[in-house]
Amino acid sequence: MTFQPRRTTLFDQQKAAGARCVNFGGWEMPVQFTSIIEEHQAVRTTCGVFDISHMGEVFVSGPRAFAWLQHMLANDLSKCPADGAQYTFLLNERGGVIDDLIVYRMADDNFLLLVNAAKIEEDVAWLEQHVNDGVTIDNRSDTMSALAVQGPQAPRVFREVFQCEMPARNSFVTLEKCRGAVIAAGTGYTGETGFELFFSSSLAADLWHALLQAGVKPCGLGARDTLRLEMCYPLNGSDLSPDRTPLEAGLAMFVALDKADFIGRDALAAQQAAGLPSKLVALRMTEKAPPPRAHYPVLVDGQLVGETTSGALSPSLGEGIALAYLPPDFAQPGQVVKIDIRGRPFAAVVEKKPFYRPSSNRPS
Amino acid sequence: MNVPNDLQYAETHEWIRVEGDTGTVGITDHAQHELTDIVYVDPPKVGAVLTGGQPAAVVESVKAASDIYSPVDGEVIAVNPALASEPALVNTSPYESGWLYQLRLTNPAQLEALKSPETYRAQIG
Repeated sequence: MTFQPRRTTLFDQQKAAGARCVNFGGWEMPVQFTSIIEEHQAVRTTCGVFDISHMGEVFVSGPRAFAWLQHMLANDLSKCPADGAQYTFLLNERGGVIDDLIVYRMADDNFLLLVNAAKIEEDVAWLEQHVNDGVTIDNRSDTMSALAVQGPQAPRVFREVFQCEMPARNSFVTLEKCRGAVIAAGTGYTGETGFELFFSSSLAADLWHALLQAGVKPCGLGARDTLRLEMCYPLNGSDLSPDRTPLEAGLAMFVALDKADFIGRDALAAQQAAGLPSKLVALRMTEKAPPPRAHYPVLVDGQLVGETTSGALSPSLGEGIALAYLPPDFAQPGQVVKIDIRGRPFAAVVEKKPFYRPSSNRPS
Repeated sequence: MNVPNDLQYAETHEWIRVEGDTGTVGITDHAQHELTDIVYVDPPKVGAVLTGGQPAAVVESVKAASDIYSPVDGEVIAVNPALASEPALVNTSPYESGWLYQLRLTNPAQLEALKSPETYRAQIG
C-alpha cells in the first residue's frame, strides 16, 4: 500500500501563491510561502491567513448532547454561552490528553468540535465508543474547510469581506457569504486578535480570494508553529500526550475538577492530591546558541531532568525558546538549566508564560 | 538559481572553490533557497579533520537543522567569522560572504568526482 498524503480543497490555490509543502499529520500542507519569519511578522504586525482545513469538524447533537459532552470533555461546558467557544480536552481514563480542541456551542443541543488533523479518526472512534442514546456524532471533516485569519488588521479585513463587525473573542456568528453559510468565530491559535471561518469546501476558493484581495498574507504551518510557541500554546503530539495530564501541562484553568464527573476526572483529582510529577515549563536561551528543538535533553547541575517537547528561534524575541516537562523542583521561573544541543550544553532559564504578549490581543 | 561557472559542486548541494591546495566551501543558491531563513550556523572547528561526504557543519533554518557535508577530505584552516552574528549571509550571498569554512585539501584527487556547474544545474532542474 502506498501512502498518499491528503490535500485540502485549497491546495492548488496555495501552490499558485507560492506554497512550499510538507507532510503534516498525513496532510500535504504549506510550511511557508515566502519566509517563516516574514509570515510570523505579518501576523504580529498586519494580518495573515492560514488554511486549517486539515483540522477536523465533528458535530455532536441531540437532546442528550450537552450532558454527554459534559462527561466526555474536561472543561465545564455550562460556562460556554450560546454562540460561544471554549478550549477543552478529550482525556483518557488516566487523565492523559487524547486531544485538545475548541467546542463551539451552535445551539443548546448542537455543538461543533474543532479537533487536530492527526487525531480526527482517533477522536471520532473514542466518541463513538462512548456514545449514548440521544446523541448523534456527525464527522464533517471531509466536506468542510476552514481558514484562520490572524493579526492586528483582522477586524478591518473582516469588515471588508463580510460588511459587519468581527465577532468578539470566543464568540461566533453564522453569516451568508459567497452563497453559502459561513461560521465566523473570534478564535485563533496565534495570540493575536483574529477570526476563524468554517464552511462547506465548495466556498473555499471564493473565501480565499476574498481574503487575499483584502490584503491578507498567506501563511504556512511554520509561522503557525512559532506564533503558538511564543504564546506557550501546546501542540498535541509534541507538548501534549496520552501520558501527560492537562495539570502537568499547566492548563488547569481549562479543566473543571468541580464538575460532577467526566472521563479522567478521578485520575486528575488523585494526581492533584499527590502532587504533580512534572510541569511543562517555558525555557528561554540565555546565551548565544543554536535554536532549541524538540527532544533535546534538559540538565540541571549536569543531571538530566527532562527533555524539550517543542523549540524554535522566536522571530519576535530573536532568542531560542522551548517547552519542556521538568520536575516541580526545577519548574519555578528563574530556574537556570542547560539544554544539550548536539552534545554541547547551552544556558537557559525557566520563564513565566507566555514568552510574548501581543499588542492586539484583547482580554477574553 | 545561480550556479557560478568557477566552482565545483557536491550532489548534497555544497560548492567548493579551489585555489592551490586550499578549498573554500559553502552551500549553493538552490540549497539556501530550499532551507530558507537561516538563523544559525554551527561551523566545524579550526583544525578539525573532515572526510568527504561526511557531516562538517550544521545550518539551521527557523524550521529545521540540516547537516552540511564536506565535499572532500581536508583539515579546516578557517571558518567564516561573520556568520556568528549574521547567519543570513548564507541566504543573501551564498557564494561570497556566506561561505562556511576553508580547508587544506588532503586528497585533491577527490575533486574529480565532484559535479561541474553544467551537471549540477541539470541535477537541480
